[in-house]
Amino acid sequence: MNVILAGLSHRTAPVEIRERLAIPDARMGEALCRLKSDPIIEEGAILSTCNRVEVCAVVRETAAGFASLTRFLTQTADDLPASRIVPCLYLYAAGDTLRHLFRVASGLDALVIGEPQILGQVKEAFDHAMLHKTTGVILNKIFKKTISVAKRVRTETGVGEHAVSVSHAAVELAKKIFGNLAGKSALLIGAGEMAELAARQLLSRQIQRLSITNRSYERAVDLARGLGGVPVPFEDFVAEMSESDIVLCSAGAPHYLIGVEEVTKVITARKNRPIFFIDISVPRNVDPAINALDNVFLYDIDDLKFSVEANLRLREAEALKAEAIFCEEAEQLSRWLKSLDAVPMIVALKEQAEGIRKAEMERALGKIPLTVEQQAAIAGLTEAIVNKLLHNPLTALKEEAASANGNMVLEAARKLFHLEPTSHAKETAPFEKPEAG
Amino acid sequence: MVPSAFFFKATLSFYFLGTAFFLLHLWDREGSASSSEGRAATIQRTAVVLAALGFVCHTVALAMRIRASGYVPFTHFHEAVSFFSWAIVLVFFWVELRYRIHILGSFILPLAFLSLISASALPNEVRNLDVTLKSAWLGVHTTLSLLGLVAFAIAFVAGVMYLLQDRFLKSKQFGPLYDKLPPLDLLDQWNQRAILAGFPLLTVGMISGAMWSQYAAGTFWTLDNPKQLLAIGIWLFYLIVLHGRVTVGWRAKRAAHLAIIGFAGALLIFLTLE
Repeated sequence: MNVILAGLSHRTAPVEIRERLAIPDARMGEALCRLKSDPIIEEGAILSTCNRVEVCAVVRETAAGFASLTRFLTQTADDLPASRIVPCLYLYAAGDTLRHLFRVASGLDALVIGEPQILGQVKEAFDHAMLHKTTGVILNKIFKKTISVAKRVRTETGVGEHAVSVSHAAVELAKKIFGNLAGKSALLIGAGEMAELAARQLLSRQIQRLSITNRSYERAVDLARGLGGVPVPFEDFVAEMSESDIVLCSAGAPHYLIGVEEVTKVITARKNRPIFFIDISVPRNVDPAINALDNVFLYDIDDLKFSVEANLRLREAEALKAEAIFCEEAEQLSRWLKSLDAVPMIVALKEQAEGIRKAEMERALGKIPLTVEQQAAIAGLTEAIVNKLLHNPLTALKEEAASANGNMVLEAARKLFHLEPTSHAKETAPFEKPEAG
Repeated sequence: MVPSAFFFKATLSFYFLGTAFFLLHLWDREGSASSSEGRAATIQRTAVVLAALGFVCHTVALAMRIRASGYVPFTHFHEAVSFFSWAIVLVFFWVELRYRIHILGSFILPLAFLSLISASALPNEVRNLDVTLKSAWLGVHTTLSLLGLVAFAIAFVAGVMYLLQDRFLKSKQFGPLYDKLPPLDLLDQWNQRAILAGFPLLTVGMISGAMWSQYAAGTFWTLDNPKQLLAIGIWLFYLIVLHGRVTVGWRAKRAAHLAIIGFAGALLIFLTLE
């Protein structure tokens, strides 16, 4: 059995192509059924988000499987010529598939490295596939492992640490100044979109009071209603600053609204309690000179962006650690997959032995008249002999199949016992190795 | 080897190693935020374990010393400094267990180690006090004054950490140290609480000192004694610092500076005492 994957993402395909291939939730069932109807594909699952469309499948023949998946994807957007889709596709097999899945689920292949949303989408994709019964023993195991690996990466590395959006970076800075934001108050000057985002972030950290001011008082009232804040007349905002620990400014005025003189007064009124200014307006509305005042911290849009970029680099460094985890986990999972190859052989060997035992029993019983009890004793005896004889070869098959020369061992077993395995792994419950970790 | 000296030396070694690991933790580029695995966490845990081993040895050494001499043994320098160092490590463990802010160790343990090293350079034989000097007041006086000094040392450490973090935030330079230092607000709170705890200790310490002086020399106060004047000066200084916070807002950066100046002054007086 081989695990393969075909797909495209923001790294390989422009949005015009991605949006045509994207499969909305409502049509996911239909798509999964179409995937499963292909006789080449034993198990399958589809991950479709705004950044990627990927199909993962279990097949017998890798090459034929790739052809099937490519056909499936080109048919998904039948109004686009295949020649436009195919160059965007990436194909993975065996261990590469596993590592790719781990990387995607951990958010390392995302547009913003380490973003956590994708894990939920992977879970959803798995749920859809389970619902439509397109997965089996192998994909179930792989998806469960993928989800646990993503969680492991999140706890053991720093890929999810450090703020990577401007509004989040502002909140992180506020936490470095004030610690717990509960009980603090903030003032929002102006009604820019980014300021609103940052205000929402602050509100989600339970700040006690959010005052909102704007040149147009009606707009301030509107925004205050929407966000759950208190509107303040624009003329009063300097007085309001004395009561605010955090001042978010995105007023869009052509000049400085807040200067050294005002802030000096505010700091005195605050008895030197620190105050944090975030100026996201361009041109800037807060005089940069105030950063020189004691207990005043001013960050403008570039400072925040710089901090975001630095944090992204930190996350990238952490991603290297995650790769080591992926390799380790993929190795373990590959071993389990390979051990599955022994299952048909084991089943065939057991069937063959049982067939011989039954045939010989019948022949013997035909010649010698025996009581029922005696017959049962003979049956028990023969079963015990067969089981003991098979015990060592079966154990060896299970163990060796997962090793590097597994195929050779399987081939040797086939020749030694003249086996023709017909059933395959999917229909038999495979043995599972105890998982480490 | 005298067992108490053996434990003292063991303490020194553990504090030395602990200091080394805590400083390593300080400069480690790896973030300490959430990862419970990895190098940073191992370094930090090792440092705490070493400090804990040192602390146990130190406690044993001090207990043996008290048994041997029969009095609370802070009458000469070696003993006083040793007790000071023991008490700040105790405070570190309290903070470590309560707040899980490991970086405090990177400041406290070097301080404890340096104090102990300077103590070990001083004479440390158990001496028999004159009957005139032996009084419960002396024990109370030295213990409380030393605990006051410990509290001011904590305020000092919080002040240093505050100024560092303030500088990082102002200059927008975010290194590994920035990640590990606690928020400014918390550091300012530590500063205030430490001084709030230290001030009454110093006050009662000074009163008991006067009582002892009355007992030993027949007078509460000798104004011509510069040490006593300096002690009153420090007491007034901290009184003004506490008052200034409430009235004119000597908090945040100003408070950090004051805590550093105050501890430097208190240390100076401590060093001139005999």
